[in-house]
Amino acid sequence: MKQSLTLGKVTKFMGLGFLTTIKDLFTGKLEKEDFKNFLRKVVVPIASILLFIGLWHMGSKSLYNIEAEFKIEKALNDQGPAAAEALRTCIASGDSSCQPNTLPSPSQVWSSYQSLLRDHNIISADKAAFIEKTAALNEKRLAEGKDAIVYTGRPSFVDQIFRSLQTVFAGFLLALLIAVPLGIFIGLSPTLKSSFNWFIQIFKPVSPVVWYLLVFMIVKTLLIGSSEDSSFTISFISVGLCSMWATLVNTAMGVSSVDKDYINVAKVLKLGPFQKIFKVVLPSSLPLIFTGLKITLSVAWMVLIAIELLAQSPGLGLFVWEEFQNGANDSNAKIIVAMFVIGIIGFLLDRLMLTIQNWVSFDKTDAI
Amino acid sequence: MAYLELNNIYKTYEQGGSETEVLSNINLTIEEGEFVAIVGFTGSGKTTLVNLINGLLEPTKGEVLFKGKPVQGTSHERGVIFQNYSLLPWLTVGQNVYMAVKEAFPKKSKSELNAIVADYVEMVSLTPAINKRPKELSGGMRQRVAVARALAMKPEMIIMDEPLGALDALTRGNLQDEILNIWGKEKRTALLITNDVDEGIYMADRIIPLRPGPNATLGPEFKIDLDRPRDKTEMNDNPNFKNTRNAIIEYLMDIGAERKVEASEGFVLPELTPKDFVNRFK
Ligand SMILES: Nc1ncnc2c1ncn2[C@@H]1O[C@H](COP(=O)(O)OP(=O)(O)O)[C@@H](O)[C@H]1O
Ligand SMILES: [Mg+2]
Repeated sequence: MKQSLTLGKVTKFMGLGFLTTIKDLFTGKLEKEDFKNFLRKVVVPIASILLFIGLWHMGSKSLYNIEAEFKIEKALNDQGPAAAEALRTCIASGDSSCQPNTLPSPSQVWSSYQSLLRDHNIISADKAAFIEKTAALNEKRLAEGKDAIVYTGRPSFVDQIFRSLQTVFAGFLLALLIAVPLGIFIGLSPTLKSSFNWFIQIFKPVSPVVWYLLVFMIVKTLLIGSSEDSSFTISFISVGLCSMWATLVNTAMGVSSVDKDYINVAKVLKLGPFQKIFKVVLPSSLPLIFTGLKITLSVAWMVLIAIELLAQSPGLGLFVWEEFQNGANDSNAKIIVAMFVIGIIGFLLDRLMLTIQNWVSFDKTDAI
Repeated sequence: MAYLELNNIYKTYEQGGSETEVLSNINLTIEEGEFVAIVGFTGSGKTTLVNLINGLLEPTKGEVLFKGKPVQGTSHERGVIFQNYSLLPWLTVGQNVYMAVKEAFPKKSKSELNAIVADYVEMVSLTPAINKRPKELSGGMRQRVAVARALAMKPEMIIMDEPLGALDALTRGNLQDEILNIWGKEKRTALLITNDVDEGIYMADRIIPLRPGPNATLGPEFKIDLDRPRDKTEMNDNPNFKNTRNAIIEYLMDIGAERKVEASEGFVLPELTPKDFVNRFK
């Protein structure tokens, strides 16, 4: 009776009859709820990824065909049927000299990814060999007071990733060091708050490109006469200035909206200003500060690519730009690889901040 | 010179352009070593009155004198137990108490301070929970931490804003005795805000009702002529206790009824039935 009732309920929904049959496969070990969860958390995401790759594959294929047809048509009109036929066989043979230049297919991207890794391995081996070879010489040069010889070869894709991470962390650190203390001061004083408000409102929406130009103007003059490459400095400062606003606003808001009960405790205990800030105000605003820092890091990562590109500072942004300029056969595929790497790293950075944020947070409603 | 003196106190809150006079013409004197209880309805202005005395608020008119001097801000001489515990959620029980003790006795060494913390946490029977954070504690346990924090500072005067409201009967009784013990042994002065008439009678020398606000004023005081230490079971049979208790409850019923009539003139407020009221002052 009970069995048929649940079955009846289940089969009421379209497609759920199929669900019960699969449930039988698990010989009752898996409860319906578990199975639904499994479906939702594992099967559905995998299916959607496969669907995405499938659509991408078909899309790139049809773009490829459009481009190929156009090229052949053009050859026919310009050079006659023989040339068009030659081009058609050339394209069909997969020869790299005549391939249509369009959105690369998933398999092309995958092979570009592998070739980038191979390239990295070759460069690393090269670099290691170079360091080994020059080790003895460098020791001697250093002993003589001369500069050591350093490896100046082309950076690999992986090297570019690490350069980008360096830039983004330097920028993030700069944002943290400026925005958190400034936010505390602004949050503590209503006067400062109202006098800084217009400043924040105006600078917050300024685009990364403009920040870069601003920093470029200033740093260029400051480093005048110096032979050092300032592109890294310029790009991390631009990233920091561009991304610090969320932290500034959140810190100021957290500090100025500390629960009145906590302020009363601080007053009744007669905490000094230092104690009050570090023992009451800051811990109470930590959750908001971390929300700000999380936004700051993701904005920093997002604007980084554009700023590296402008500043010609080594990193993923420059990689993308160079590949685009390069226009080689697999350049487009490499750009897509970079796109995925950027996305995945951004996602991981976000997770990292979320973990830290949960770790420092407390539940405010729990304590009162 | 009275220990604590409130002279013609008025307190007005401004909110969204409109002003409400919460307290009107409050006069109160408390002598050194006295235990005074104030009873009143929710929202009548008890917390406001307490904050005027502990220095968190300033009166709009009138003066609060503590040992003859006007109250200016808070002071370690006046310890406060807040109505809503006000523990810092990011600190453990021990750290919450330690923070207070350290401010109260800046010259003491770390180990001395820790000993005081341990003593007072033990007093409220929370030693097993000393390393827990407030969110892991029940409401009653949190309130006990707040009691330990205030008492550990050894203030001359203890100001308590409905400190035991959230506790179960047993813990409530224990803490009442602990507070009385400390008050008696160390010759403190105490002001207790409560909504429990029996608690007021058990603990205080005098009970003063705060009439419902706005424009709340203090009612006539009721002296509790019972010898200390008092015994709860014996007290119930004491005719003196019965008379005082009845008088206070009758007074509160009257002002409660007055309030109800006033309220029903303008609004319909179904919650404000006498039944509700009797339950509160059981
Ligand atoms: N900061 C404030 N601003 C405006 N009104 C307030 C403020 N604090 C309390 N009140 C009002 O004053 C009245 C008395 O509040 P309170 O002293 O907390 O009463 P009680 O402690 O007796 O419940 C209430 O009507 C409350 O809404
Ligand atoms: Mg209150």
